[in-house]
Amino acid sequence: MALTESTDPLLQEITGPTPGQMLRKRVFGHQGLLFGGIVLGILLLVAIFAPLLAPHDPYAQSLMTRMEPPVFLGGTWEHPLGTDHLGRDYLSRLIYGARVSLMIGVIAALISGVIGTAMGVAAGYFGGRVDMVVTFLINVRLAMPVVLVALAVVAILGGSLQVVIVVLGLLLWDRFAVVMRASTLQVRGREYVAAARAIGASTPRVILSEIMPNIANNLIVVVTLEMAHAILLEAALSFLGLGVQPPTPSWGLMVSEGKNMMLFEPWLVLIPGAVLFLLVLAINLMGDGLRDVTAPDNRS
Amino acid sequence: MSQQKQNAVLELRNVTKTYRVKQGLFGKARPLTAVNDVSLSLPRGEVLGLVGESGCGKSTLAKILLGLEMPSSGQVLVDGQEIGAQDRLSLARRIQPIFQDPYSSLNPRKSIFDIVSLPLRVHGVGQQADWDREVRKILDIVGLPARVMNTYPSQMSGGQRQRVAIARALIMKPEIVICDEPTSALDVSVQSQILNLLGDLRREFGLTYLFISHDLAVVEHLATRVAVMYLGRIVEEADVAGLFDAARHPYTQALLKSVLTPEPGLGVPDTQLGMAYPNPIDPPSGCHFHPRCPMMTEHCRKVAPRSLPTPQGRVECHLFDPESPMTKAEVA
Repeated sequence: MALTESTDPLLQEITGPTPGQMLRKRVFGHQGLLFGGIVLGILLLVAIFAPLLAPHDPYAQSLMTRMEPPVFLGGTWEHPLGTDHLGRDYLSRLIYGARVSLMIGVIAALISGVIGTAMGVAAGYFGGRVDMVVTFLINVRLAMPVVLVALAVVAILGGSLQVVIVVLGLLLWDRFAVVMRASTLQVRGREYVAAARAIGASTPRVILSEIMPNIANNLIVVVTLEMAHAILLEAALSFLGLGVQPPTPSWGLMVSEGKNMMLFEPWLVLIPGAVLFLLVLAINLMGDGLRDVTAPDNRS
Repeated sequence: MSQQKQNAVLELRNVTKTYRVKQGLFGKARPLTAVNDVSLSLPRGEVLGLVGESGCGKSTLAKILLGLEMPSSGQVLVDGQEIGAQDRLSLARRIQPIFQDPYSSLNPRKSIFDIVSLPLRVHGVGQQADWDREVRKILDIVGLPARVMNTYPSQMSGGQRQRVAIARALIMKPEIVICDEPTSALDVSVQSQILNLLGDLRREFGLTYLFISHDLAVVEHLATRVAVMYLGRIVEEADVAGLFDAARHPYTQALLKSVLTPEPGLGVPDTQLGMAYPNPIDPPSGCHFHPRCPMMTEHCRKVAPRSLPTPQGRVECHLFDPESPMTKAEVA
């Protein structure tokens, strides 16, 4: 049936790893990505299994045992990380606080990711007027200081976990839109997009099955960056008293509540601060790693 | 000629495509005529070679034929029906492209099976089992082993990728294939394989090709008719023998002279074209070719030449216009 002999010797042997295998190899060879992934994984498990892991009720106050120091500063194993100014177990609050931080990070990044990706891909793919409108909206958004707007909105609506998540989700889409627009512009000029259109594929099909898989790596990187961004903003808002309201355990709130005692009991600030730092570091390392691992397609 | 027209599977009538190009932020949009009043007819089973320099509008013409761009004016007829009147799916069944760069025409995230079966899935032809069978069949036809189905484009060489692209174009059994420089990104040794494959497939399936290229040797090898394009216009059209043996238009002659020969010591041929390709936003007056033409006269600067029939086709040049004031003096 073959009309031409396959004179190409390479036709006989098509070997070599599939893209999936090469990706796996690169992932396990990347230390930053591994470290970030493991730390994030542990924190995620801690957040999910918080009720099983926490030694005490994070809301239970005990005014008899206020500001007990942690074990390494001469405390007891009853409260491994000591207690706060209301006698609540610090480790338990830290564990429950992971839930708040991660939930805000994940949901806010999801909301803004959906908004920003839809806008960016539409702008990049359709161009013209759509692009002009989206670019204008991005500029408007970039002209607004996030913290100030978030503060104002929270001050008007009252602070709660839901309000903080929604406000951050509606504010952090700018980077998604910018990055997705640029990536889409780059990909839509490729000939496989023209080929799919010449085949008769519908616009949603072209976007979802030809363009999205090729810009997903950029999307993942922005997701991780914005997650870290949202977590830090929540901490900042809670620290200013306009984020998550007490007695909900939140790392930013813990720093805020500890700041009055900072000179005498510095660990009240240092412990939640250090965990916050670790989480953001892990997320950023993972984002960096994902970019390294996925960006160049033919790198060995 | 009229007989040919009736058999024409693809016909272009005075097709013009104008883009509006904005220069700078506050600059006024100026028209760029990428394709200027092109009329071509392509009889069934023939191969029309479309030749021209980069930027002369070849690829824009290909996009119009594929329905990816709409012409600003003029008509494109497929089997006598206008392109705009057909829905995209039925047009896609008739006309399929093979693109220039096989490194960019295959989605790197998709397996070869996904790429080749995409037309079947888009058109809703058959079920999973049929797709598998069809893909195996077409891969065999283009000379690829069936086991490449599960590999990815990055694992293949340029020639193999181009075979995959050909398989994708042919799996729906189209009538017309638009080959947009299908060999220019390939090694010379692989080029001939792909060209032979295209030639074999044409005979096997009775395909009609529009073969776009800047490589005259490739066109001579495959085409039955040749059209030469310059700044969006067809300046000369003739059958292969007529064009390669007796090129009329000075531009065609220069192109023919520019072909590199394997003869050592000859050096790089001098086309005498000298000046760079003109800016299509600001095309030269009169005959668009006059600033580069070795036979240019005052008349060419002022008046655009008209299309003149020749024994093998037609040409747009004052040299062959009996009514042009320069003809007698120059040709004699």
